[in-house]
Amino acid sequence: MNGGVLNVALPKGRLGEKVYSLFESAGFGAPDMEKNSRKLIFGGGENGLRFFWVKPSDVAIYVERGAADVGVAGRDILLEYEPDVYELLDLKTGVCRVAVAAKKGFRDDKRRTLKVATKFARIAQEYYNAQGREIDIIKLNGSIELAPILGLSDVIVDIVETGTTLKENDLEVVAEVAPVSARLIANKANYGFKRELINDICRSLAERSVRE
Amino acid sequence: MFIPDSVLHNDERAVFALRALYGGYGYTQYKMNKFEEYDLYAGNKSFLVSEDVITFTDRGGRLMALKPDVTLSIVRSAPAAFSGVRRVFYDENVYRVPKGGSSFKEIKQLGIECIGDTDSYCVSEVITLAAKSLALISPEYRLEVSNLDLLSAATELAGLSPRGAALAAERISKKDPGGLREVCFAEGLRGQNCEPLFLLAGACGEPAEVIKTLCGAFRGEKAARALDETERVLSGVPARGVALDFSVVGDTNYYNGMVFKGYVNGIPSALISGGRYDNLMARMGKNARAAGFAVYIDLLGELPEPAADFDFDVLLIASDVETTAKAAEKLNSGGESVFVTRDANCGIRARRTVRAEEII
Repeated sequence: MNGGVLNVALPKGRLGEKVYSLFESAGFGAPDMEKNSRKLIFGGGENGLRFFWVKPSDVAIYVERGAADVGVAGRDILLEYEPDVYELLDLKTGVCRVAVAAKKGFRDDKRRTLKVATKFARIAQEYYNAQGREIDIIKLNGSIELAPILGLSDVIVDIVETGTTLKENDLEVVAEVAPVSARLIANKANYGFKRELINDICRSLAERSVRE
Repeated sequence: MFIPDSVLHNDERAVFALRALYGGYGYTQYKMNKFEEYDLYAGNKSFLVSEDVITFTDRGGRLMALKPDVTLSIVRSAPAAFSGVRRVFYDENVYRVPKGGSSFKEIKQLGIECIGDTDSYCVSEVITLAAKSLALISPEYRLEVSNLDLLSAATELAGLSPRGAALAAERISKKDPGGLREVCFAEGLRGQNCEPLFLLAGACGEPAEVIKTLCGAFRGEKAARALDETERVLSGVPARGVALDFSVVGDTNYYNGMVFKGYVNGIPSALISGGRYDNLMARMGKNARAAGFAVYIDLLGELPEPAADFDFDVLLIASDVETTAKAAEKLNSGGESVFVTRDANCGIRARRTVRAEEII
């Protein structure tokens, strides 16, 4: 599983591309990396890094199960799935927040169970548990903003970056739940056997993420 | 009885080797012959690897549990107070939901427990046996050792609340220095008193070097005692593959002092987990100290086994009963494995195919 190569799981999409350029500028890129390619694996050559592109919510699974030694995952994923991994570095990119949003003018009627639509069931449950508020979670996988508009839920708990999507759908943030950014994570077992290389990468990325 | 090594899988080979290792250090086998009442586990759920427990009602109407753990039974069966040291090992199947899994599994688990007047030597012996267990399984191993009393001294020095201390321990277990700073800042703590805690979060490496670094940063009697105990215990542990790493934490309702996790290259999670658990002993009304560890044998399935090119040596095409039986016996006593069939195309891969008549 490990060999001499360091396996890096990156999230597909804009965040992954941004993080990959951090690796590249730190001297840890893959010479055969092709943009806009359908290939999923790159590198594994001289500097010993092999990159995989995986679905953002799967990065933590690849790392926790040791298929990847390190990876980059949003803090929202780490809070939701609580994988048993090291969270070595805040890359200070992909900055956004998990927030509660509702239709403009929404007032919470505490006599009723609050209907919450979200793909972050654990984060939502823990947030409302801490407030002693009884809720009914409606687990959705996409287009969460539709739920309060169509009366499926009272509020949503979702990622908010600029707030434009909310505004365009006549919704607004009513509470902040947690700040989110991309984190460099590592498998706990593999870290011990590849500590020097992982720490080198971590230091280089830290310098670059501060500069950005 | 002679058992050829080739018939053993990684997990079976490891079980025999580990039992011999523990026996060689005076550990006798503890057999868990009966089931425990569910209450034993319900009251100590966070001590268990998984909180899910299979329950059933016995003939007397009592709610029982299909063993999710062995240590709690060993502790329960120990006298309330005794002098001397009781050393046991166990080799049992337990039933629980593996982390990230959705259904119960029967899991093979080995472990040792050292209970009674468990002094620094005993803890050192337990850690040594953990390191030796890993070495028996793979030459590429790493035993990460920590001291919860030192972590507790650091959070007290920093002035963290009990909740803040728990959050700090969680961030240290994640090797997340940024998150640790946020925990301290959230409680208004920014001064020099937090420095030992930050130092501990990053401390990882060869024990003597790490202890030297920490000695200069900590003050107070509790920290001095913990550092002294760490040094004393590790002086009896072989240095190879052993590191001090304070990201190893444990639930302080049960564990105290030295705790550890063991890894081998190729298995993506801890193969060994253990430590000193005087607090569990006290919770269960025992006036004694204890240390031990569990080896999660099921994880050995992650290690590669040599791939077999053939299922058996000989595919023996049957004739009449007597000839076939004699042919099978002859091949088998010559050291070859035999699969008897009437159909040469039965899907079995063999080195060679022969008819029974050709052998006799």
